[in-house]
Amino acid sequence: MAQRTVTVASASGLHARPAKLFVQEAVRLGVPVRIRVGEKSVPANSMLGVLSLGATQGTEVTLESDAPGADAALDALVALLAQDLDAEGALDG
Amino acid sequence: MADPGRPAAPDGGLAGLGVSQGRAAGPMIRMAPQPALPSPRQVADPAAETAAVVKALESVTADLRQRAANAARGTGGGATREGGGAAPGGGDAAQAGGGDAAEILDALAMIADDPMLREDAEAAVRDGLDAPHALDAAFTHHRETLAALGGYLAERAADLDDLKHRAVAACLGLPMPGIPAPGHPYVLVAEDLSPADTAGLGTDVVALVTEKGGPTSHTAILARGRGLPAVVACAGITALTDGTVISVDGKTGRIGVGLTDEAVAEVRRSDREERERLANSSGPGRTADGHPVKLLLNIGSAADLRPGAEGVGLFRTEFLFLDRKREPSFEEQVAAYTEVFARAGTVVVRTLDAGTDKPLPFLGLPPEPNPALGIRGLRVDRVLPAVLDTQLDAIAEAARATGADAWVMAPMVTTPAEAAGFARRARARGLTRVGAMVEVPAAALLADRLLAEVDFLSIGTNDLSQYTFAADRQHPGLADLLDPWQPALLKLIAACADAGRAAGKPVGVCGEAAGDPRLAPVLVGLGVTSLSMAAVCVPSVREELSQHTLEECRELAALAQ
Repeated sequence: MAQRTVTVASASGLHARPAKLFVQEAVRLGVPVRIRVGEKSVPANSMLGVLSLGATQGTEVTLESDAPGADAALDALVALLAQDLDAEGALDG
Repeated sequence: MADPGRPAAPDGGLAGLGVSQGRAAGPMIRMAPQPALPSPRQVADPAAETAAVVKALESVTADLRQRAANAARGTGGGATREGGGAAPGGGDAAQAGGGDAAEILDALAMIADDPMLREDAEAAVRDGLDAPHALDAAFTHHRETLAALGGYLAERAADLDDLKHRAVAACLGLPMPGIPAPGHPYVLVAEDLSPADTAGLGTDVVALVTEKGGPTSHTAILARGRGLPAVVACAGITALTDGTVISVDGKTGRIGVGLTDEAVAEVRRSDREERERLANSSGPGRTADGHPVKLLLNIGSAADLRPGAEGVGLFRTEFLFLDRKREPSFEEQVAAYTEVFARAGTVVVRTLDAGTDKPLPFLGLPPEPNPALGIRGLRVDRVLPAVLDTQLDAIAEAARATGADAWVMAPMVTTPAEAAGFARRARARGLTRVGAMVEVPAAALLADRLLAEVDFLSIGTNDLSQYTFAADRQHPGLADLLDPWQPALLKLIAACADAGRAAGKPVGVCGEAAGDPRLAPVLVGLGVTSLSMAAVCVPSVREELSQHTLEECRELAALAQ
């Protein structure tokens, strides 16, 4: 099982625009990945799941996958979470 | 122009209450209501129910993606509100530019396409629910999850309600709820319209007709603000078929049904001529004998400013921030006020008026059992004093920077002590023209004592009617009580005007009544010194005033009381 832990960097947390970009990337990669905060784990391709984590800026999240291509997919998603995705103009929705 | 005194609809048309002048014609489209869930069915073929669930979700997703694509291209659908209820996502989409609107719609599409949501709905089918109830259960489950997280996510819960209504409608083969986007001009017909619905109307809507609503309803206010002809309280309108070509006369309230192409062209031509004629009137407000009455504008932002008025009589600052999740910063407020101050010489700024019908998400006020009688207007200051402090700082700063003649007033002032407290804080910041809105009968009754504390009064007739007549201003069945010609309302206005005359201080009217040309001479006769209204009303009020001497106005006022 490949696993990465990363701190959410976006100012608005994993909501709104950052959540959308993260989920879109997970869907695009096509590798089943789960994202976990504490005991709560949800599929990374689920917008509702990711929102329900309630992750804010500074929350530590863990990405997990045992599918083929997991390492590359996790690296891409970690890179996304480590950026401030609000920076280029926040999506207020 | 039709004769306003003529009895309505002798020709098989319909009649309602005209609340926003102008005429328009075109095919009508009803705003589909939220679908009602049918009674649960015994499920015989779970596979068929699952397929129906998947199909409904796919159709909602595809519809939203299509709208997102339209929005990204900047075509019709993008400017149109996408939600049926009070879904903030849709409201944002409506007010945002094409790119933002597209992103928001895309995000909604992602939720409709969510794998967890689909799995939950499929699981509900396995538990024995039919497709519409399975969708309802799955959306409700996720809605509750978000609502329980609070804050920003709780606000997103409304998006899920909106999506749920769409999915259930798709599943039942009903039209998608929400403002239609047919791709051509049309008359929007609805039971009633909420502020969230009306905020995002596209430019393809040529007129509004509602089955319910009264003269002070949001439909009326919005329509006047945008110069859209509107008729409310029109019984039978929602029973007509979509696509029926109707004409709307926002002055007389008459609806013509089944028009020929020639008749449509004639309506449009006469409307254009009338608007051109009124647009040619100009100059300050005067009675026939030269008594000055300031004609001012009600605005929500700099975008509402128009030439032809003598300043701004009501700057509704909360409209700048209706969709905000966080309190607007001092700098942001300074920028918004500066934009208005720089373009209008005299501006009466009303501090944030949040409450019942205008919740401001960033205030985070808890729901109340009786919000019209709760924490709203200046009363918000009791629980969140910093909000008013920041706003007054920003207004003072913008006034200093522009040199504008900035007046400031508080909404929902009830006692002289409240007026004094507000005046003290505004003056401490160098604001010299400080006033109080009169919307509560208690304030009107003590208008003289209010004027001992402040420099001017501005009467908000919509709320003053609501509170004087104990009649909810949105109540569809109480339009007669909310009629601004009610003598009790006029007596309260007269009491304020008398107090103003005694104190030598201005007393204006800024409610919807101020934009009614027939009422304008009465208000002036009562002693009102300024009338503040939507820009579209200014020419007809100016024309009406110019046809009466002050003495005639006084006679009309005496008769009306």
